[in-house]
Amino acid sequence: MKDNPFSLWVYLSQSPLLWLTLTVLTYAFADAFSLATKRHPLANPVLHSVWIIGAFLLLTGTSYTTYFAGAQFVHFLLGPATVALAIPLYENRKTVAAAILPMLVALVVGSVSAIVSVVVLAEVAGLPRAVILSIAPKSVTAGVAMGISDTLHADPSLTAVAVILTGIMGAIIVTPLMNRVGITDFRARGFAAGLAAHGIGTARAFQVDPVAGVFSGIALGLNALVTSLLVPLAVTLLLK
Amino acid sequence: MIASLSLILLCQLVGEIIVRGIGVPVPGPVIGAVLLLLLLLARDRFAILARGPLQEGGVENTSRGLLANLSLLFVPAGVGVVQKLDLLAEHGIAIMLILAVSVVVTLLATVVTFRIASRLLTRGQDTP
Repeated sequence: MKDNPFSLWVYLSQSPLLWLTLTVLTYAFADAFSLATKRHPLANPVLHSVWIIGAFLLLTGTSYTTYFAGAQFVHFLLGPATVALAIPLYENRKTVAAAILPMLVALVVGSVSAIVSVVVLAEVAGLPRAVILSIAPKSVTAGVAMGISDTLHADPSLTAVAVILTGIMGAIIVTPLMNRVGITDFRARGFAAGLAAHGIGTARAFQVDPVAGVFSGIALGLNALVTSLLVPLAVTLLLK
Repeated sequence: MIASLSLILLCQLVGEIIVRGIGVPVPGPVIGAVLLLLLLLARDRFAILARGPLQEGGVENTSRGLLANLSLLFVPAGVGVVQKLDLLAEHGIAIMLILAVSVVVTLLATVVTFRIASRLLTRGQDTP
């Protein structure tokens, strides 16, 4: 192995270590870049890590399955991190309790807008029915969205892509959009980010303001429930 | 820190069991978060619970550490886009445009509704 760098590559490319290191290292640089730009929306660390790692996989001809064998250790922490959302929720419980009603109203309106807008636009654009069904639940967290897609006999892996793209776009657009519209209420801004752009929107909200992060986390949890109930109904009503 | 992590994993595990058991369309970790919140609230009421990770900010600090790097955790799933490049080449522009418009519509609908409802429902004590 010493005299053949290719066999070292063959060995390393099959071990989880390389892919785990690549994931964490790329993110460390992307996050440092994001910090250096004072968290500029376009310096989104998820966006830049994804294309850099994606390009590396394509250039080296590595399959996503091989990559995921290493990256799964990071992916697994999504569950515990969701449980950890209980802490900011607990610390801001008074602010949250005072906003229960506005949250519930915004939840219903937001969830309906998320589904109806995507289904109607996709139908107008003439996308195939299978694609429309797959992208309909794009505003909820990946695990739940893929479950919804599965029950509709759509393509869960396309759903996962739509979910990630939505999350990244939402995280990039939310701050400039809210500033332009002149919304200064971080409860409302955070809630919208979590509802429209699930966990990636929530990660962005925590970068901007702790209260926004809390409300974003609540919206993400509630929208998972509402969207699961609404998507099957919406596709029955809106698609012929 | 290990005790705190165990507590978080335990909440997630119980959450998964509840979700599978009664078949609600909510992710197990979301139920886990509710359980952890209830535990923290119970701790404030019953001093006997304030031990192990539930004392001296144990579980709080571990959770803050996890949440500080929340963006990182979406990277492995995000890289999954490489598997769908063929489909994106076919309908990519349309899908991207639709998702972008939809996300803007959703953000605006949600934030405006929240503000209007908040103004109507919590008279006077509003904190903008």
